Amino acid sequence: MSVGKKDISCPPEAPGTPLKDSDIKEKKVTYVEDHPDMRYAWTAGQAISRFLNELKEGKLIATKCNKCRRILFPPRIFCELCYKPIDDWVYVQDTGTVQTFSISYIDPDARPLKEPIIVAVIAVDGASKNMAFMHVLGEVEPEDVYIGMRVKAVWKPEEEREGSVTDIKYWKPMEK
Amino acid sequence: MKVAVVGVGYSGFNANTPDLHWKEITLEAAARAYDDAGINPRKDVDSIVTCAEDIWEGFAIFDEFVPDQLGGVLKPTCTVCADFLFGVATAYMQIKSELADIAVVEAHSKASDILTFGETIKFAMDPIWLREIGNAHPYYFAALEMSQYVNECCITEEQLAEVVVKNKNNALRNSSAPYGSKITVEDVLNSPMVFDPMRKLEIAPRSDGAVVFVLANEDVARDITDTPIWVKGVGWWSETSNYDTMSFNAAYAYKAAKMAYKLAGITNPAKEIDIAEVDDRFAFKEFQHIEALQLSKRFETGTLMQEGYFAKDGELPVNVSGGSLGIGNLLEATGGQKALEIVLQLRRLAGRRQVDAETGVAQAWRYIPTASGAVAVFGV
Repeated sequence: MSVGKKDISCPPEAPGTPLKDSDIKEKKVTYVEDHPDMRYAWTAGQAISRFLNELKEGKLIATKCNKCRRILFPPRIFCELCYKPIDDWVYVQDTGTVQTFSISYIDPDARPLKEPIIVAVIAVDGASKNMAFMHVLGEVEPEDVYIGMRVKAVWKPEEEREGSVTDIKYWKPMEK
Repeated sequence: MKVAVVGVGYSGFNANTPDLHWKEITLEAAARAYDDAGINPRKDVDSIVTCAEDIWEGFAIFDEFVPDQLGGVLKPTCTVCADFLFGVATAYMQIKSELADIAVVEAHSKASDILTFGETIKFAMDPIWLREIGNAHPYYFAALEMSQYVNECCITEEQLAEVVVKNKNNALRNSSAPYGSKITVEDVLNSPMVFDPMRKLEIAPRSDGAVVFVLANEDVARDITDTPIWVKGVGWWSETSNYDTMSFNAAYAYKAAKMAYKLAGITNPAKEIDIAEVDDRFAFKEFQHIEALQLSKRFETGTLMQEGYFAKDGELPVNVSGGSLGIGNLLEATGGQKALEIVLQLRRLAGRRQVDAETGVAQAWRYIPTASGAVAVFGV
């Protein structure tokens, strides 16, 4: 007999009362429903306003700290490590390298997506390490994505751009 | 080991800030506070306390957004979901317990980012019990409390108007007060009765801004500044979450003040306090809070207000800064504005509104629909 072995008996099955969707809809379960209407308009400020306006032009802009020599992306008006104002604005490329990615099959309401969404953190060419752009990948099969894959931004047509991160539709593989 | 305020910084205060992100407002206040204290936050700060409420920000887990603009990347930070003065109490305890030699407190308001202010306040109300009652702007919650309080304490409309007149006129001497105005009692009485018995001018409009304090232990404080302002006592208190069972006479402020006064060794606040900044986001709240802080007796406050007892050159100046009626509702930074004024006054940096004071008290309430608040006593 092995040490510590005990005779374990399972408790008898308790069938309980299953809840049906209709029990909730018919309010057999007591609850109160509310749909708050809270809306905000966040001021983009000095750094991000410039960034968003540059997106309209099809460009990615960053800032530079001359002390730690980092290229800060997305741009900010201060270097958070040196705690000093930034020194310059510099453009970075709309190409980069997949740093990490996830192939997501479920939507925020936990329903299956028709097509999986490939979310990726893209290390942007020209920006410093850990200065990346989180976006989605397109024109690629999920099984073909890999860390280290080179990608390029696919922009919306100029007239459709509105100064939003969605002015880039997605990033696609550079190699074919 | 005593705790001192060794640096203060602020940004604003403005009715609107269309040019700056809230992080940029906070950065401005923080950079000034660190310069005032003469410290490098990347090297010298041991702990950072931010006071914020997710629902005012419009995004959750606000803690995550704190470090960068305060110089707190890779440092101990935490967020207190309450007014700035609760943050002062937290930092005070961190220093007292020797966890930190230097601790920073921050709070800000970007109220102008909120498009549906009334609905956002309503989100604080019990969804089953309160939220569905009526569809008026939730300022009526303050009017309910006011109605009972002014009746019980026999406070007249003219006396209520005096608070607005005092604070808005005080605000004219404060370049950081966007709602200063040379108004009279008659102007207040002529303003629309929007939440009977409350008039429009008795309600503080909203404001943007940020306040940052640098707190330090006694040794550090004596080392880095010639004008430490000592945090003599802190207190905080809550009544109940049920609007229908609250005291409606600011028992939360009375208890919080008792706690702070005990730490500060103050036994007769009306005599020992030289200056007070109290929460006046609705005019009647100033009466409530003055009484709760034991700066005057019940039934006497209204008369004293009319006699100028709480004016800038009165016996006990209250809200010399202009108060929230003159500066605006700064959400969780409200107590920060109050504490800032006390520190500036005690350091004799208050310019045209300077009064003669050595001990001051700052008090803030957590706004409707709460019966919670905090108090801090400062001294030279």
